[in-house]
Amino acid sequence: MPRPMTITEKILAAHAGLPEVEPGQLINCKLDIVLSNDVTAPIAIKEFKRIGVDEVWDPTRIALVPDHYTPNKDIKSAEQAKMVRDFAREQGITHYYEIGCMGVEHALLPEQGVVVPGDVIIGSDSHTCTYGALGAFATGVGSTDAAAGYATGEAWFKVPESLLFVINGELSPWVSGKDVILHIIGMIGVDGALYQAMEFTGSTIRGSSMDDRMTICNMAIEAGGKSGIIAFDEVTEAYVTGRAEREWTVYESDPDATYARVIEIDASAIVPTVAWPHLPSNTRPVADSRDVRIDQVVIGSCTNGRLEDLRIAAKILKGRTTHPDVRLIIIPATQQIYRDAMHEGLIDIFLDANAAVSTPTCGPCLGGHMGILAAGERSLATTNRNFVGRMGDPTSEVYLASPAVAAATAVAGHIALPDDLD
Amino acid sequence: MKFTGTAHKYGRDIDTDVIIPARYLNTSDPFELAKHCMEDLDAGFVSKVEPGDILVADENFGCGSSREHAPISIKAAGVSVVIAKSFARIFYRNAINTGLPIMEAPEAVDGISDGDRVSVDADAGTITNETTGVTYTAQPFPPFIKDIIEKGGLIEAVKEKLGA
Repeated sequence: MPRPMTITEKILAAHAGLPEVEPGQLINCKLDIVLSNDVTAPIAIKEFKRIGVDEVWDPTRIALVPDHYTPNKDIKSAEQAKMVRDFAREQGITHYYEIGCMGVEHALLPEQGVVVPGDVIIGSDSHTCTYGALGAFATGVGSTDAAAGYATGEAWFKVPESLLFVINGELSPWVSGKDVILHIIGMIGVDGALYQAMEFTGSTIRGSSMDDRMTICNMAIEAGGKSGIIAFDEVTEAYVTGRAEREWTVYESDPDATYARVIEIDASAIVPTVAWPHLPSNTRPVADSRDVRIDQVVIGSCTNGRLEDLRIAAKILKGRTTHPDVRLIIIPATQQIYRDAMHEGLIDIFLDANAAVSTPTCGPCLGGHMGILAAGERSLATTNRNFVGRMGDPTSEVYLASPAVAAATAVAGHIALPDDLD
Repeated sequence: MKFTGTAHKYGRDIDTDVIIPARYLNTSDPFELAKHCMEDLDAGFVSKVEPGDILVADENFGCGSSREHAPISIKAAGVSVVIAKSFARIFYRNAINTGLPIMEAPEAVDGISDGDRVSVDADAGTITNETTGVTYTAQPFPPFIKDIIEKGGLIEAVKEKLGA
């Protein structure tokens, strides 16, 4: 009998061809998918070419998503996007997504069934950890690791210790997956899970939607985590059925698996939360943040640009208009989400509220384009980072919150809860 | 590898957005990236850093984005080695993979002040504060990682493995 293992250890052991692994062990794993975007692929392509092999390991297992500075923001960005496009054509990469099919990578790949439960995935983007929501091991790496992945289909890992977050109970009104993960990051800090896998379980998680699960796993990196993971269940099955392009494998933690720490959280104690500048761990209740006036609200990104996020925003924005001092930018994360939002009438609600609705792009989240802040300006965003200068001028500020708080804030002109509105 | 330079000391949780702001990520040219190294944390860094100088920081250096532009800009700005109490994991991998020397040495970080002259023997894992005369020992790398460093980075290691 192998030693009792966590879900993360089981997935890594299976991909390393070993009966068991333990934390701290250095292993070489077979990869299911390697991902890069228009910022990180150019370096990866240059490094790949230095290796000296002509062809990638498997053109069907590499995903190239030009989403950061696209549609091309300037000439230099256009050159980077072209380099990715040329490489995709030359290598016959099947999962290359041109403008018009493109979406924000971590919303797009699960939606298109490219990543499936039980996978090992690396991506040269730190929010690759999002796919843990499907019960996969997914982690962000740099471009050179991705280049090695293009060439070999393998990567080395140090098997991480696991932290188990057991979240039980009902969430209060207007409390979402975003508040859950901000609450956790506020509790353990931006390096509270450094080098560790964050496993989420409990009745709150079991009762949560796939969109909320992706939001939670997406921000594991903001606690320093190597990965976030939620075991496969009927919600996962319903999500992947009909979209997974490969067979999936279900793993679950053994009941007697070893965790570095078990953290129990009462869901009813989680309140609508805002991360103040300049760290995601700098959290405060929305109720204590109402004095902060906001110049721009952004609803979108790989964290909160999915259909459920847009539905919540629309529920609050319906019949209301944005505060005259606020610029509201809404970015559906994929073409499919954009289309679904249009069919459900959400886009009309947004336009009626005086929001600018954009084609999918990472854009303002990383201060790329589509909503850059001037000196001293403040944005409240559903994105994932509020570091100095993240969305523009180094003296600008970013506050992180849920789509519900973002929509209410856009109407109120200051940080607000939906219940604060008339 | 041995280095001597002036220490530039910063705090904890230095993220890759301040090491190289995203507004400059429309290029991967090391020379261009070096011009903006640490810009949003210390706008004067690039003008004061001399080739061989040493970056010293508290816990969780390089947190945030996976951008390899961060170690590339630090290296191209002339920094010889980064000494921190701990590194964020993607930055740690990126530094090893791209050949930017890094050392985890909490006591050395506490014993070095901004502007001190510091010499490093990366092979021996020792750090000497020449200003105070105190020598510290860094955490040794596991053999697996040492092997990548000795081969000159991940690409060289992969080349050897594939016989390419």
